[in-house]
Amino acid sequence: MKQIFRMQDLDCANCAAKMERKIAKIEGVQSVTVNFLAQKLILEAEDAKWAEILPQVDEAVRKVDPDCRVILK
Amino acid sequence: MNRLSRKQKWTLCRILVSAGLLILAVLLHHLILPHETRKWYILLPVYAIPYLLIGYDVIRKAILGIVHGQLLDENFLMWIATIGAFAIGEYPEAVFVMLFYQVGELFQSIAVGRSRQSISDLMDICPERARVVRDGIEIEVDPTEVAVGELLVIRPGEKIPLDGVVEVGTSGINTKSLTGESIPREVAPGDTIISGCVNQSGVLHVRVSKPYEDSTVAKILELVERSSSVKSKTEHAITKFARIYTPCVVGAAALLALIPLFILGPTAVWQGQWLKAALIFLVVSCPCALVISVPLSYFGGIGAASKRGILMKGSEYLETLARVDTVAFDKTGTLTEGSFRVTEVTPVQGSEKELLMLAAAAEQDSNHPIAQSLRQAAGEGPLPAVADTEEIAGRGIRTVIDGKTVLVGNRSLMESVGIEPPRDARIGTVVYIAVDGVFAGSILISDAIKPDAKEAMDELKKSGVRRLVMLTGDRDEVAGAVSKELGITEYRAELLPDGKVEALESYLGDTAGALAFVGDGVNDAPVLARADVGIAMGALGSDAAVEAADVVLMKDRPADLAEAIRIARKTKRIVWQNIWFALGVKLLFLALSVFGWTNLWAATFADVGVAVIAILNAMRAGR
Repeated sequence: MKQIFRMQDLDCANCAAKMERKIAKIEGVQSVTVNFLAQKLILEAEDAKWAEILPQVDEAVRKVDPDCRVILK
Repeated sequence: MNRLSRKQKWTLCRILVSAGLLILAVLLHHLILPHETRKWYILLPVYAIPYLLIGYDVIRKAILGIVHGQLLDENFLMWIATIGAFAIGEYPEAVFVMLFYQVGELFQSIAVGRSRQSISDLMDICPERARVVRDGIEIEVDPTEVAVGELLVIRPGEKIPLDGVVEVGTSGINTKSLTGESIPREVAPGDTIISGCVNQSGVLHVRVSKPYEDSTVAKILELVERSSSVKSKTEHAITKFARIYTPCVVGAAALLALIPLFILGPTAVWQGQWLKAALIFLVVSCPCALVISVPLSYFGGIGAASKRGILMKGSEYLETLARVDTVAFDKTGTLTEGSFRVTEVTPVQGSEKELLMLAAAAEQDSNHPIAQSLRQAAGEGPLPAVADTEEIAGRGIRTVIDGKTVLVGNRSLMESVGIEPPRDARIGTVVYIAVDGVFAGSILISDAIKPDAKEAMDELKKSGVRRLVMLTGDRDEVAGAVSKELGITEYRAELLPDGKVEALESYLGDTAGALAFVGDGVNDAPVLARADVGIAMGALGSDAAVEAADVVLMKDRPADLAEAIRIARKTKRIVWQNIWFALGVKLLFLALSVFGWTNLWAATFADVGVAVIAILNAMRAGR
């Protein structure tokens, strides 16, 4: 499954790269792109683990930049 | 100023106020306070006010970073550097470092905002509403809710929400937002129209031919959105570099403070240059100027290209395009119009129009493609009446117009009545005309070369493309003539579709740079995919081409390819300028600080200055 999420207050390019690395390490994630300029997160992950992955993605983002949020619809 | 967000305005406000407070603090420190009261417990609070005002968010994020195990992030580094400056008694420097760091951040945030704005301008093509006729009533719905086969009503000034075919009405369609072309396209019933364009002059009733997800506007938006996510090799390399750069510099800073501590003892370190050098290292350790300016340049380049109707599927292709030294072209539909039409009329006497009317009249009942081209060229008006028309198989037509016997056909028809037309080396089909047994002239019908193709080839050569190749399924003589006219040195003719892939591969192995293939997307998807960068031309409305290509030229103009390469090269130049400039200045200050030849003021100024200049330079790519 692949989904694009909007991000809020992602304001450092280096942080985006760090988030990308952290999220890529989450189990079940197949590919991830954090697009700093478009403020988007493109996540591709196994369907079965989708529900477990999302909170971990959110946590990874907060850890890198406490002010940044992923808008999980 | 109105374009700043609330957060940006607040940061600006803090910068100005704390800069003012810093100046006051320095004045108080050096001019007003008596010498004996210049103690740390008096000065520290004086400088702490502007410091906390400008740096509270950085400090907060730094502490949260430590809690989350995020050491070495830029907030943490700035915090440590400024705390260190306070510790060795460099109070104004500490405030200045924080202040200037925020100036850099604000600048970066504004620059990024601007770039985003240019992309959302592009997103302007997205239609919000569609007016559709249901049960005889016009209602407004979301474009995604419209089904194929429904009837849309589009008023002047409105965006076309879905692809479809005009049923009623004529109008001019402005395709500027898609193609950069400002001349409106005239449409009439039966014409296909594309979503994302603006209807200008008349009300149109349009039968929807594709659901919203498959419509041109949705495809283009998806492409643009995705384009900034496909990262180039340089971007990956810079991100990787940033990952090792920061720890290395911070490690070096620690060594600078610790090694002299063991050799020279604590007092020497506390008063000497080493701690200062270590702090300068921390200030310069943030790789932000590099990390931000590279994608910003590519983003700008992609934006500049899309304004001209050139869509890139990612910055990777922008980078490949800059390396292109061989361009292979498909012929029909790419360099030539792809349709046969009258390209030359050569009367022996009288006007071109008369000769054309004569030929068109003689051929008026024929369905042959040549006859169609003749009629098309003659225009819509009534043709002279003909009598006793007789078709001479394989040769042409004999007819009577105004009492004169007219022969229209090939060379052997002329020879059969004893006429010897002048020899002709032109490529295409030549139609000869004789009136009452006298040769009247000839008409050349061929697949015309696009008007700007020659100019495009010259531009490509000028821009440093070493090799231009034409791959075509057409006959050798036609290919030879077209490439000669365009100045293309190599061609492969009479290729079957898979032969094109093989031919391309032989060139792939033979280039030092990258190979681009340009096709119209018809039958050449495998070749587009095989090239280093596949370019589809005139792709507006052709899904297959948009799917297969890496770069899409919306307009049917070969010259846009040269433009695309120009933008790619400019962007690449800017990216490398920024990389060398930023790295150079950082390394210079690292070196200067080790020898004690610089101070925190200069290092901070240089580091933020580099970031600002790199960002300004990156914005240049968008123009």
